[in-house]
Formats: sequence, C-alpha cells, structure tokens
Amino acid sequence: MERTLLDLDPGMCGTVTRFAGTPGFVRKLRTIGIREGKTLTVVARHPLGGPVVVEVNGREVTLGRRMAQRVIVGEPA
Amino acid sequence: MKTVILMGNPNVGKSGVFSRLTGTRVIISNYPGTTIDVSRGMTRLLDTSVEVIDAPGTYSLTPTNPAEEVTTKILETADYVINVVDSTNLERNLYLTLEILERGIPVAIALNLWDEAGHQGITIDVPELERLLGVPVVPTVGLAGQGIRELVERLGDARPSETIQPMSEEERWAMVGRITGEVQTIAHRHRTFRDRIAEASIKPVSGLLIALAVMAVTFLAVVAIGEGLAEYILEPIFDLYTPFVMQLSDALGPGILRDILIGHLIDGEIDYEQAMGLLTTGLFVPFAMILPYIVAFYLALSVLEDTGYLPRLATLVDTFFHRLGMHGHGIISVFLGLGCNVPGAFATRVLETKKQRFIAATLMSISVPCMAQIAMIFGVLGPFGMRYIVMVFATLLVVYIVVGLILSRVIPGECPEIFLEIPPYRMPNLRVTLSKTWMRVRGFVGEAIPYLFLGILLVNLLYTVGFLEWLSTAFAPLMEVWLGIPAEATAALLVGFLRKDLAVGMLVPLGMTPVQLVIAVTMLSVYFPCVATFVVLLRELGARGLAAAVGVMVTTALLVGGALRAVLIGF
Repeated sequence: MERTLLDLDPGMCGTVTRFAGTPGFVRKLRTIGIREGKTLTVVARHPLGGPVVVEVNGREVTLGRRMAQRVIVGEPA
Repeated sequence: MKTVILMGNPNVGKSGVFSRLTGTRVIISNYPGTTIDVSRGMTRLLDTSVEVIDAPGTYSLTPTNPAEEVTTKILETADYVINVVDSTNLERNLYLTLEILERGIPVAIALNLWDEAGHQGITIDVPELERLLGVPVVPTVGLAGQGIRELVERLGDARPSETIQPMSEEERWAMVGRITGEVQTIAHRHRTFRDRIAEASIKPVSGLLIALAVMAVTFLAVVAIGEGLAEYILEPIFDLYTPFVMQLSDALGPGILRDILIGHLIDGEIDYEQAMGLLTTGLFVPFAMILPYIVAFYLALSVLEDTGYLPRLATLVDTFFHRLGMHGHGIISVFLGLGCNVPGAFATRVLETKKQRFIAATLMSISVPCMAQIAMIFGVLGPFGMRYIVMVFATLLVVYIVVGLILSRVIPGECPEIFLEIPPYRMPNLRVTLSKTWMRVRGFVGEAIPYLFLGILLVNLLYTVGFLEWLSTAFAPLMEVWLGIPAEATAALLVGFLRKDLAVGMLVPLGMTPVQLVIAVTMLSVYFPCVATFVVLLRELGARGLAAAVGVMVTTALLVGGALRAVLIGF
C-alpha cells in the first residue's frame, strides 16, 4: 500500500518517490524544493481540513491537503 | 544605454542588492499593461551609465502568474543579468539560474544571504561553482552592502556561459542535483531557540496563541504610536496654526469664499472636525487625525512583513479562508486593506483564480474599513464607549464570514489550495523598514489629500445649490424608515464615495444617538468602496466583475442596515 504525504503524522519523515499529478503540478512542487528523492519532515498538519507544513532542505513549505495527497512517499533513505 | 536585470526567486534579498546598486534614486513604476510594480534605477557600472531593473521574483521562466510573466518579458530586454541566489537554499535557486544561462545572456551570480548561510553551517565552493556554471559568482550580503563592489567589477567579465547549453526539464533537474552535490557541504547543526520559536508559530495550537498575541501587540502598538504622534506632535502644530486661520477668516469676511476655505465657525471658534473648510477640516482630518495612524500602521506592517511572519499567519488562517472560497493568502489583502483598500485590492492578485480574486476583493470592499476610516470611527464613536465600536467591528466580521460562505458556494470556478514557502525569521533592517514606511505614507498623502479637497469642495458646492437637500428628501424613506437614521446622512453616504474618513466626520453634526451612529458608520463601510478602490477593482475584476461586486455590496448594505435597525432600534 502506497503512502502519501498526508498519511504521515507530524514529526514523521518520508522520501518522495513520485508525484500523482499534472506536469504543471509537478513543476510547481519541484521548483519550491519538493523533488523525487528528497526527505520531507512533516512539521504540522492543521485540523479541520487545513494545510500541511513540511520541512525540506531546512525550509518550511505550506501546501494544501489535496496537494499533499498527490505526493507519494516511501521510507526515508 | 545598457540594461542590467536583477533576477531571482522570491525572498532572496533581491531588493536589498538593488538598493545597494542604485542608491536612493529609484522609480517604482507599473509594468506597461499590467499593474505589477517594477523598480528601476540608474547607476554607473562598467564605466558607463546603465539602467538597473528589479524584476519580480520567480521560481522559473515558465510563468504561473502575472508577476512571473512580467519577469519573463523583462528578461528579453536584458544586456546583462545579475542572478541573485539564496546561498541558504542553493539547490532550489539553481533551476532558475540554469534556465537563465541557457538563454545565452551574459550573467553574473550574486550568492546572497552569504552570512546567513554561514550561520546555518552551509559552505559553498565558489570557484568550483564558477567553473561548473561558466560565469562569475560572487558571495554577497545585500543589506550590509558586502560584496556588491566585487559583483559590479565581475559583471564586466560576464559572458554567455559556455558550459551550460539548452536542455530538457528532466536534464535540468538532474544537473541541479549534481552541481549542488559537488559544491555544497552542510554541517550538522543543533536546533536553536529560534528554530523552536519558528516551529511553535506554525503548529495549530501554539501557532494560534502566538498569532493572537502578535495581533494584540500590533493593534496596541498602532494605537499607542498613533495617539502619541497626534497628541504630542500634530495637534500642537495645529494649535500654532489656528491664529493664522482666524486672521484669514476675519480678512475674508462672510461669503462663499470663506465658507469654502475656512468653513463654518461655531461660536466664533474653529472646530477643525466640523468646519468643512479646505484650510481647516481639509488639512486637519488627513494630517492630525489620520496620518498618525497611517504612519503607525505601516510601520507595524513593514515589521511584520520583514520578519517573515505573514506567510505563517497565512498558513494558520488557511482553514478559515478556504471555507470562504479563498486560501490563507486572503489574509494579506485583509491586512493591507486595513491600511488602505487600494493596496488591499492589488494584493488579491496573489490568489490564483478569478473566483478567488473576486471573493477576496468583494469581501475586502465590504467588510474591511481602511485605517483612515477606522481612525474616524474611533474618534466619533469612542466618546460614547468601547461597546459601540465593538458593535461595528463585530458586525463587519459577521458580514465578512456570511457573505464569504455564500459567495464561495454560488460563484462558479476553482478554489486552488494554499502553496507557499515559509521564509526563515529575519531581524527587520531599520533602514529598509523606515524607507518602506516612508514610501507608503508618502503614497497616502499624495492620493488622499486631493480627494479630500475635492470632497469638501463638492459638499460646499452641492450644499450651496441645494442639491444635498433635494437628495436627502429623495432618500428620506430609505434612510428613516429602513435604516432608522436621519435623512441628512444621505450627504455623508454620497461623500463616502470620495473619502470615507470625511464622510464619518460629516455624521457628527447630525446629533444622532450612538446606536444610529453605529448603523450609519457600518453602512459607510459596507455599501461601496471609495472611488480610488473602485478604479482598482475595475482594473482587477473587469467591468462585469465590478458590476457583480457592486450588486453584492448594495444588497449586503441594505440587508445588514435593515437587520441592524431591527436589532438595535426596533420598529
């Protein structure tokens, strides 16, 4: 069973394996630093359908839940 | 003349480098055909005078919003590019660098925020990076001016890169990874106190508490600074000014000229708030009553912006704003709107879709009073007690939420989710903060004063020809029966289209009860934005969008006004 970024609880890490989305969506994530092979740490997941905050390369990025659902992650390398 | 373009990702300190290069003579202009601000300045580089353009920040040359489109267009006019790169985040910045180099333009790279990278234990092998990219690379600290001289000297060596050739997107990503791996080393670092604060301020519970504290401190600071400026600096200046006005008044004698310039004296004394003359109310309202709070507000806003707190706030409030059809970025237009609705309307541009921009702009016009209006509301309702002021703002908040919930359901279109980078906390730089505040305050003075004068002139003329009386009679049923306020308030609502602050002041001589004032003041905020905001809305939403927005405004105003009357006065 594949896990998405949204399945990770705050404090957990995962390595991006692939994206499930349009090329435009993929470019958007990559240019902000979320790329295949990167390890993401979930900093916060806001309640009531709120956004997810992840740390990548020492930087924090906020993204909506539906976006987080399209980031497929594996065990951290 | 040669053109040098500064390019880079958002939040890399590009403006700092720009102001170091060009000094103070900077022109901020709108890019032709758009309303995106672009700073231009002249300087002497390479023994000739050149124009330096600060292009809007972008992550790539494949634009995803209007600001990035402007950047891509500006690049086509470049003789040289200075690519400003964030040394603390080399990997992410390199994608844009490669794209620029592939264009075959002479480039020099500024590795900016070099000091911050050092603190974070990041080291970059500059000569190796230079070799791999085939263009000059210079470490800089833009705010302190460090490395700028060398950057200018090395710009002379800038040539089109020979090592970087056009490549596919996948190849580019691979190369970004390869270069970063070769030149960058990151030392392991312990978590600092600052990291803990940063984390606490973005988590749901602790973040919300911190946000409330930040808002409370901001509000109290604005009030304290504003009151201090008014009481100790500006009002004493007007005390010195009064004798001159009185002399002028005597010299003019009764007549229309005195009515327009000085206005009406009450018991031979000048009441600056009520006289309605160009040289009395026309100067006092903007300078003594509003300017202090504008200065205070923009100072606070600049500090919030420069510390990097606003993206965190946007994250925290995203859940709420998403329900209203926007996302967390919507808070920025509310915040700017509290200063002045005009920049607030511009700020809706950061939202991606038409639907989101329409909702944000309409809600701001309806429910967010500008600082000038807020200052007057406090001035007019304050003497009757805090609870009346609370009534006004509570009503506006409820209206914002209810109208937002309705609009997000009935308007067709997409509501994309929030997606933004959280910059690290930075200490605001005094010079930058003050110059930013100064620019905004100057903007307010330049825009507000002409409209205020026009408003006062118009009121005096319309009053003289009897139009205001006619208008009051025509609107009497609506005002008296539906809203429960005197028919004379019609004139204030008319003037509110020009200046809301002046309109609030015009309500004072009508001798209304506090509850009637609450209704009238709330109406002034809800029914229509002022003409300056109107023009911006037309540009941002188009004629059809604006017509729809006006429909929402008028409907809301009538319903809210009637409801307030029913609740506060009864039938």
